[in-house]
Amino acid sequence: MDLKIAYTIAQTHLLSKKKQTLVAMLGVTFGIAMFIVMISFMQGVNQFLEDSALDASPHVRIYKQLTSDRPSLIETLRPDGFNVIHHQKPKQELAKIKNGLVIARHIEAQPQVLGVSPQVSTQVFFNVGSVPIPGTLAGVDVLREEKLYRLSQRMKSGNIEDLRANANGVILGRLLARKLNLKVGDKVNVTSSTGGTALLRVVGVFSFGIQTVDDARGYVNMPKVQELIQKDANYITDLHIKMKDPLQAIDFGKQLARQYDYKVEDWAAANQAILAGEQIRGVMTFVVSFTLLVVAGFGIYNIMNMNVINKMKDIAILKATGFNGRDVVAVFLIQSMIIGLLGAILGVTIGFSLSYLLSVTPFDSGDFLAIDTFPVKFDVGYYLLGVAFGVITTVLAGYFPSKKAAKIDPVAVLRG
Amino acid sequence: MSAKMSPEKKSPVVLSATNVNKYFTDPVRFQVLKEITFEVQRGEFLSIVGKSGCGKSTLLYILSTMDTDYEGTIEMNGQRLTGLSQDTLAAFRNEHLGFVFQFHFLLPEFSVLQNVMLPALKLGKYPRKEVEHRAYEKLKLVDMQEHALKASAKLSGGQQQRVAIARALINDPTIVMGDEPTGNLDKKNSQMVFDIFKEIARENGQTIITVTHDPDFAAGGDRIIEMSDGAIISHGHENSVQ
Ligand SMILES: Nc1ncnc2c1ncn2[C@@H]1O[C@H](COP(=O)(O)OP(=O)(O)O)[C@@H](O)[C@H]1O
Ligand SMILES: [Mg+2]
Repeated sequence: MDLKIAYTIAQTHLLSKKKQTLVAMLGVTFGIAMFIVMISFMQGVNQFLEDSALDASPHVRIYKQLTSDRPSLIETLRPDGFNVIHHQKPKQELAKIKNGLVIARHIEAQPQVLGVSPQVSTQVFFNVGSVPIPGTLAGVDVLREEKLYRLSQRMKSGNIEDLRANANGVILGRLLARKLNLKVGDKVNVTSSTGGTALLRVVGVFSFGIQTVDDARGYVNMPKVQELIQKDANYITDLHIKMKDPLQAIDFGKQLARQYDYKVEDWAAANQAILAGEQIRGVMTFVVSFTLLVVAGFGIYNIMNMNVINKMKDIAILKATGFNGRDVVAVFLIQSMIIGLLGAILGVTIGFSLSYLLSVTPFDSGDFLAIDTFPVKFDVGYYLLGVAFGVITTVLAGYFPSKKAAKIDPVAVLRG
Repeated sequence: MSAKMSPEKKSPVVLSATNVNKYFTDPVRFQVLKEITFEVQRGEFLSIVGKSGCGKSTLLYILSTMDTDYEGTIEMNGQRLTGLSQDTLAAFRNEHLGFVFQFHFLLPEFSVLQNVMLPALKLGKYPRKEVEHRAYEKLKLVDMQEHALKASAKLSGGQQQRVAIARALINDPTIVMGDEPTGNLDKKNSQMVFDIFKEIARENGQTIITVTHDPDFAAGGDRIIEMSDGAIISHGHENSVQ
């Protein structure tokens, strides 16, 4: 009942000063609209980068790390001796994962694992005329690779079936193929670092939309790589694992690291740059939005303060006729809430429109990313957050002037 | 003197002030009100007169419950008001007191009708429709019903004062207080305000307490209290009310 009268009074006050009300409202509107656009765009970028990175990289990768970081023979034998060892070289050892196929089968049997793809990966030179161009050949089982990376959907030309059918086939990354000037059906000569050579036929071109991959990688059948580097059919260098839920990868990776004596790397560790970028964008979004809202808040605070000063006589009359402090607070708080709510609703509407326009604006990132418009994420949560921010800011900004209004001494005002 | 009055013969006391003192400290401490003690009876039309600056307004604002910074006690309607919380006093004002100020203070953004209705809506005793009906009744009493829907800022001074009276009467208060309610009005409007006060005191038994400079206005009432330099120097003749 009391709130209804307070609302009526608040409404009358607002409507009697439409211009002032509008100015206060537009401050909130601008703040919220910018907040929506910023967060939608930044999160869009985050999601896009994360998705493409997650898509194109294994959730967990197991490989053998060849390092010189091992105890030297002398130190093992005489741990207390005065040993001086300079520039220790890596041991001559293979990058092989022993029993790789067995381990793969074992991991694949785990319920949270989507699939495992064993690979033989090696550095090669593609020979175009007399120029050797470096790249990586990944010897894979195409069907398993398909299960992990949906390779067939990333084909620009050719067909993954053709790789299965053709023992000498190779599927090249889009940028690599362009660099080598190769099309489906062309042949290319490769040389491995150990000196083996092979003549491969291009059966397809893929694109993950990630420069580092599209520019260097070629897929061939596993036996072809093993043959190229003169290894047996059990020679496996990498196990790529995809989880059903990518978030489980980190825990699962730790578990595998305990189980096997190989280097285990999860996607978060492999994509630290992306995650760091996300954090930076997150902080930026927060800081800019917060600043805008604080500015809008101060605007409302000023306007409400002036409003209270202009309305001293009215406040005194209301109090003289029996309205109490709480009623007066309600009258002014409701005014700022109406300003906040309308401003926020208008703000999210404009924010949505701008986000939409951005999401259809063409954007040419060159070869760096496979993207033709700005990435924008549409999430109801952001809009609710925007409205909540708007209302909270205006309530805070309106609270202190309202308190001041409630404290006005009617006697001092009415005596004149 | 109150000891001499027996309640059976006299109308009941509706307001009593006992030993009210008040000080202002700004710019220097001085006593504005000195040992103010008096009673007002139901249905009495009381005028307070005195030289400008003698403390009449100050006294009236204490009686109005808006000023709580005083010594002594105030009772109205048998209820001790001294020391009550602001919220309780606001509720008391709303229900039992009506005010008319010298400068007809209306809410300028609201219509005449809304101005009159607001205190009743706050009281919440009647539904909105009923409040509106009653507001029209009060406006008729002051002959302002034709202007009900006008913006209050568009009225003349005399008209605004009549609306302010309608607003003061909307909750049928026990006591109506006025601080020089006719101070800014011409003879005709002053007469009209006087007639309304006289009528509600007689017909409804409502009590009127007005500070006034107008000797005719004061003389037409039931009793005149005269103040000088913060003290009451004459309580007037008390047997004019029957
Ligand atoms: N807020 C105040 N602070 C200090 N002195 C005041 C204040 N209000 C009124 N006064 C002084 O108190 C005295 C009484 O004022 P007031 O009650 O308005 O007189 P009246 O209504 O009889 O003309 C005057 O001398 C006036 O100057
Ligand atoms: Mg005065």
